[in-house]
Amino acid sequence: MKEYIIRLVYVEMLGHDASFGYIHAVKMIHDDSLLVKRTGYLAVTLFLNEDHDLIILIVNTIQKDLKSDNYLVVCAALNAVCKLINEETIPAVLPQIVELLAHPKEAVRKKAIMALHRFYQKSPSSVSHLVSNFRKRLCDNDPGVMGATLCPLFDLITNDVNSYKDLVISFVSILKQVAERRLPKAYDYHQMPAPFIQIKLLKILALLGSSDKQASENMYTVVGDIFRKCDSSSNIGNAVLYECICCVSSIYPNHKLLVSAADAISRFLKSDSHNLKYMGIDALGRLIKISPEIAEQHQLAVIDCLEDPDDTLKRKTFELLYKMTKSTNVEVIVDRMIDYMNSINDNHYKTEIASRCVELAEQFAPSNQWFIQTMNKVFEHAGDLVNIKVAHNLMRLIAEGFGEDDDTADSQLRSSAVESYLHILGEPKLPSVFLQVICWVLGEYGTADGKYSASYITGKLCDVAEAYSNDETVKAYAVTALMKIYAFEIAAGRKVDMLPECHSLMEEFLASHSTDLQQRAYELQAVIGLDAHAVESILPSDASCEDIEVDKALSFLNDYIQESIEKGAQPYIPESERTGMLNISNFRNQDHHEASSHGLRFEAYELPKQTVQARIPPASLASTELVPVPEAMYPRESYQTTTVPSVSSDAASTELKLRLDGVQKRWGRQTHFPSTSTSNSTSLKTVNGITQVDGSNTANSRTRETYDSRKQVEISPEKQKLAASLFGGPSKTEKKSATGHKSSKPSSHMVKSHAPKSSMEVASEKTSVQQPPDLLDFGEPTVRSTAPSLDPFKDLEGLLEPTTQVSSAVNHSSTAAVTKSPDIMGLYTETTAGAHHKDSDILSGLSKPPMTNMVGGTTTMQVAQSSKGPNLKDSLEKDALVRQIGVTPSSQNPNLFKDILG
Amino acid sequence: MIKAVMVMNTQGKPRLAKFFDFLPVEKQQELIRRVFGVLCSRPENVSNFIEAESIFGPDSRLVYNHFATLYFVVVFDSSENELAMLDLIQLLVQQTLERCFKNVCELDIVFNYSKIHTILDEIILGGQVLETRSTEIMRAVEEISKCSLSLSPLFVCV
Repeated sequence: MKEYIIRLVYVEMLGHDASFGYIHAVKMIHDDSLLVKRTGYLAVTLFLNEDHDLIILIVNTIQKDLKSDNYLVVCAALNAVCKLINEETIPAVLPQIVELLAHPKEAVRKKAIMALHRFYQKSPSSVSHLVSNFRKRLCDNDPGVMGATLCPLFDLITNDVNSYKDLVISFVSILKQVAERRLPKAYDYHQMPAPFIQIKLLKILALLGSSDKQASENMYTVVGDIFRKCDSSSNIGNAVLYECICCVSSIYPNHKLLVSAADAISRFLKSDSHNLKYMGIDALGRLIKISPEIAEQHQLAVIDCLEDPDDTLKRKTFELLYKMTKSTNVEVIVDRMIDYMNSINDNHYKTEIASRCVELAEQFAPSNQWFIQTMNKVFEHAGDLVNIKVAHNLMRLIAEGFGEDDDTADSQLRSSAVESYLHILGEPKLPSVFLQVICWVLGEYGTADGKYSASYITGKLCDVAEAYSNDETVKAYAVTALMKIYAFEIAAGRKVDMLPECHSLMEEFLASHSTDLQQRAYELQAVIGLDAHAVESILPSDASCEDIEVDKALSFLNDYIQESIEKGAQPYIPESERTGMLNISNFRNQDHHEASSHGLRFEAYELPKQTVQARIPPASLASTELVPVPEAMYPRESYQTTTVPSVSSDAASTELKLRLDGVQKRWGRQTHFPSTSTSNSTSLKTVNGITQVDGSNTANSRTRETYDSRKQVEISPEKQKLAASLFGGPSKTEKKSATGHKSSKPSSHMVKSHAPKSSMEVASEKTSVQQPPDLLDFGEPTVRSTAPSLDPFKDLEGLLEPTTQVSSAVNHSSTAAVTKSPDIMGLYTETTAGAHHKDSDILSGLSKPPMTNMVGGTTTMQVAQSSKGPNLKDSLEKDALVRQIGVTPSSQNPNLFKDILG
Repeated sequence: MIKAVMVMNTQGKPRLAKFFDFLPVEKQQELIRRVFGVLCSRPENVSNFIEAESIFGPDSRLVYNHFATLYFVVVFDSSENELAMLDLIQLLVQQTLERCFKNVCELDIVFNYSKIHTILDEIILGGQVLETRSTEIMRAVEEISKCSLSLSPLFVCV
């Protein structure tokens, strides 16, 4: 029988149905023989879940077995308890398990603790009174039991750090004992003393010490000890090391430990093992939160990982890059991410990386243009995986422009968007969400700048509607876009002649099964029949940002209702009957319902549908004559039309304008979306709150732009450039990046092609890593031709210049800069220092990249000829640093240097 | 915690599957298939780690090791250490199974199915690593088999 049950378990594992045998497994656990009983327990733990009907037959046996004299029986029962006891049956076995905590056999105590832990996971309240037991067991004589206790404590501490602060000392002393090999030899594993216990303890300490200086101070010594003692040649030693790094990055930072952690990371990253590289990248991701400059040293390693064939490693690296994205390197990182996104098929990860791209782009985008382009790419490749809200955000951005800028910038943005979309429409298959955006933008702004004729745009829209004929939403967007374009045409007083294909399309839609499509088609027909004035009031141009005020109380219908009631109509009561009663209110209602179901609808920025529905009904009711708009409706319409010009002329009514302001500026997170719909006042606040943050962010990236614009947008695959652009940002705060020594062979090959002289090779190898990409082309002929014309004196001067500027610009580096500056420069420092300070303003004002290159290049050459070794390195490093800081001395007017020289 | 331990051969046939949270059989099968799909597409000489969120839901990683014809796979969440899990597989295979069976191979696992489960139960309980001393594990397992022999000679023939 025992064999059969085991076969059965095996059969079920292979995926066949074995439910007929469950009852036999249950019977087996009643058996007296230990082996049979154990088999029975094994089978039920694998067959049944905790809510299975048969469990009720088992609980009694478990209770009996927990009391057994044979500890092996008890162990078997405890195994089953861990798996099969659910919330309701916990009380049945709990007392016995608590008793077992004092069992003479350590194996039983251990398992009893695990059982309690399991109970805690299933229902924390059931064992909340037993927490003290865990603390007691921490002092168990047997290290195995103590180790087991760490598991529940880890969970408990994760949930509530503060109640366990008193245990820090105990944990630290345990860890100390473990690290000092006080445990029995049997716990050693690959010459490491009880590594699993160490790992668990370090995890717990990391939790307890996070942002708690006092607790962390207790840990420094022991963690430092472990760093020293860890044997980094074995796998498990590295596991402990990694855990140490995690601990260090989590507790209150300590400089010495951070240094050791950085060392360990660099060992990981340099290792050949992919596993260690993976851990290194992960650890780096943790540590850069505390000390961002650490990434500097490892840029090449990181880039290597990015190009590794190992997918896991690659993803981890992207995660790291995601963490260290700044406005300076966002372009490179997002480009990389999109490239990678295109190359994978895994939808899950694609979605994730797409949303990360979007998030980064929203947070750090250097310009609107870039943002739109990036979003286009994301949509194109992963459109169906992107949250629809992202599309709405994009539409809103295009509609509202970028902050309080002048209108020309906005319209430029729009026309560039239109252009790119018209171009993209040529692609064979586009995701639905993206098409919706395209249709909306084309409808709204397709003809706005007058570059494209209405017939061209409408033709394109018709093509879209035809090509994606099985996508109702896209078709609806296309029809609405068509309507808008025609409306704009009519309003502008031009004659509208519908394209034949548009006609046929409309006829098709008029008979469409989708009521939505049908209605839109009818609306389009009706709009085309109206005169310019009416059309303008229905669909004002560029009014997508206006708020539509929904009169929820439908007060404008009061007269009508009164009238109806007087005529003998039933007074309104149930919602369901409303449909038949009032046409208009019906419309309004639908509208209102829709609006409240989607938080977004209140702000009219995104969906044209909304606008249309709110305004068109009267028109479509009208046969062909002029607007028999219900009177109650009229004032509202006119109100809206009047707001349009006022807003566009920037002298809007306060309430409306205020809100628009708030919305306009923000284009960051979308998290507060839902809140906007709940109430006006709060939405105003939140919007404004976020606006301020984002506004400053924007401003920031604006200022950066001048600097960034020098960077080339297309990044060549060269690792170095990549490295420079990825890490260029962080290095600014660094006083002296250590990369110089780390840069490895590949970089020298890269540079060789650029460097004008091979004598410079070594030098440029050291610097190039830190330079922004544009600096790499310092070997260009134009530069070289001018270079010799300067006399060496000036060149040295140029070299000196940046160094002193470093000292003035970056305060904390001043000593380093001076002490480490080359001897030659030292001669001049005294005489020129004063002058430099005076002129540094002028110099920093001028930012002419090619000229910088020239100075850099020439000085390099000169110094390379006249001096050797470390001096050269130092000066070059500083030179690079200066360039990164953005202080770029110009030698366009060499006189400047003469002045300085005195 | 550890979510699952799986052993499968290079053809994708499961040899051992232990899920520490209950999953219906069909789901288990699907997971095993998907894990195998990922494993067999991995090139040589890459890391032993896989982000398994698309298979096992959020916060799950997977560590595997390849021994002869078998893949040993451990699935766990962020409260465990990847390298340590890799060593846990080592411990299971090289220190325990190897001692138990002398040159452990796929067939040993097939024919000693319950013993493997016993060993695994000693190492991992309720998703937590309980015991990492291979001597202790061996002792417990031997005790169980000895005990049953002495207690019930009658049932051996069953």
